[in-house]
Amino acid sequence: MAKILIVAEHDGTNLNPGTAKCVACAAEIDGAEIDLAVFAASPDAVAAEAATLDRVARVLTVDRAENAQALAAVIAPQLVALAGDYAYILGPSTTFGKDLMPRVAALLGVNQISDIMSVEGSHRFKRPVYAGNAIVTVETPADRVVVGTVRTASYRAVAAGGNAVVEAVALDVELPGHTRFVGIQSGQSDRPDLQTAARVVSGGRALGSSENFELIFKLADKLGAGVGASRAAVDAGYVPNELQVGQTGKIIAPELYFAIGISGAIQHLTGIKDAGTIVAINKDEEAPIFEVADLGLVGDLFTIVPELTEAVG
Amino acid sequence: MEKILVGLKRVVDYNVRVRVKADGSGVETDGVKMSINPFDEIALEEALRIRERGEADEIIVMSIGSSDVQQQLRTGLAMGADRAILVEAAGNVDPLSRARVFREIAGREQPGLVLLGKQAIDDDNNQTGQMLAALWGRPQATFASKIELDGETARVTREVDVGLETIEVDLPAVVTTDLRLNEPRYVKLPDIMKAKKKPLDTIAYDDLGIEAAPVIRETVFEPPAQRQKGIMVDDVAGLLTALKDKGVL
Repeated sequence: MAKILIVAEHDGTNLNPGTAKCVACAAEIDGAEIDLAVFAASPDAVAAEAATLDRVARVLTVDRAENAQALAAVIAPQLVALAGDYAYILGPSTTFGKDLMPRVAALLGVNQISDIMSVEGSHRFKRPVYAGNAIVTVETPADRVVVGTVRTASYRAVAAGGNAVVEAVALDVELPGHTRFVGIQSGQSDRPDLQTAARVVSGGRALGSSENFELIFKLADKLGAGVGASRAAVDAGYVPNELQVGQTGKIIAPELYFAIGISGAIQHLTGIKDAGTIVAINKDEEAPIFEVADLGLVGDLFTIVPELTEAVG
Repeated sequence: MEKILVGLKRVVDYNVRVRVKADGSGVETDGVKMSINPFDEIALEEALRIRERGEADEIIVMSIGSSDVQQQLRTGLAMGADRAILVEAAGNVDPLSRARVFREIAGREQPGLVLLGKQAIDDDNNQTGQMLAALWGRPQATFASKIELDGETARVTREVDVGLETIEVDLPAVVTTDLRLNEPRYVKLPDIMKAKKKPLDTIAYDDLGIEAAPVIRETVFEPPAQRQKGIMVDDVAGLLTALKDKGVL
């Protein structure tokens, strides 16, 4: 038996889909017995959703006013207090998990395995290094707790057919007041979330302006797709940073990906290599994006994209 | 504040196309250009700007590694840091041990702020800053795209998945930098000359009495699975047909 604790990511209302992908990773460990931990100011809704995930045995809720926002410095000591005899403590390799889990690992006196992309044995995993230019197999000491983040693009979410027990846990932990939430600025829209959308349309520097980026939004809306961008497009200010796809942005694995006016720098390719079908539209037939695209179309995006938008309706 | 401590890691230059060795023991580093980790360069640039605004007096750059790392520390001094500390260690040092070394030096130097890159572009671990904050019992503000100091506190804007989050932390604190925080300055030749005269202290790793950490062993390196080049279509109609044939549209 392998006791595994996964920290649930949520926004206070909904569970982040990365959590169900962590469960999928954990389920690959032999003898996995999986619990989820929900730290929230009012955890009921999130816990109810978490309890539906397949393979989850228990959902542990920690209800404290200080958990209204996910501050790593506040959650870490609580997660450590819950760690008990768990052999594995996992979280998603999202900005939430990347922020939190190393703090937990340090408090537990272990190194962390970052970005687990496959489970090769009880203490053997694969992870990407050098921006995905190499994959390394790592072995963790079997006599210590394994703390890791899961590269969510490597896993499909478990289904929601489960019926886990929800248990409230009271933790007697003093929480630091040295870190305070001020606010969040989010360009959230009604479009599917970039990280979990089945289809994503991304635009690059060739769009030329934020006005022209409307072409990308229109095609995405017609396809019911999420919208992404290359780092060059973000750096040029066409769209906000949370749309960036790539090694330094979001790593995604949609079923269908459109790279429009994106040359295909290695750092962008790292973010999409697990995509199902990649379509590239670019006026430069030598663009590296065509080396990885399943379907390539050379031409002027300003002609092709409106035509495509019209045609997919 | 009196001091800012900045971590600089020596890594394979970001322009180098990294290749896995044929025997799977690692990646090719022989004769490869080495540089300051780009995120750490951003950390140093931010420290310099804070000092230039008169909000800090002294910037210390610090590295953990072999004597070769002096090169990157000298570059940091040429960029404008006041002095450097090399914690000389043989071989690769794991993130937890690095964090413990930073904790030790933070205890000695008492900086008001520790600035680190959010991750090194070699091992892509993204751990050391958070671990240092945990061991030090201090706040962390990771993935920073804006830092505003106000006496005893800092207000930091963070690049998170849903957008930009702002938090306020008491100082001292650990801040890790994201790409859009700033654009590092170029080093000028006279500054390289001046940097040679700035103090660079070497401390032996073994003299710090760092507790040995349980190490995650890297056993085999392999190149990533390559995607195959697909087919080219002539026009939108051809694209639509191909997408429908694949069953994705």
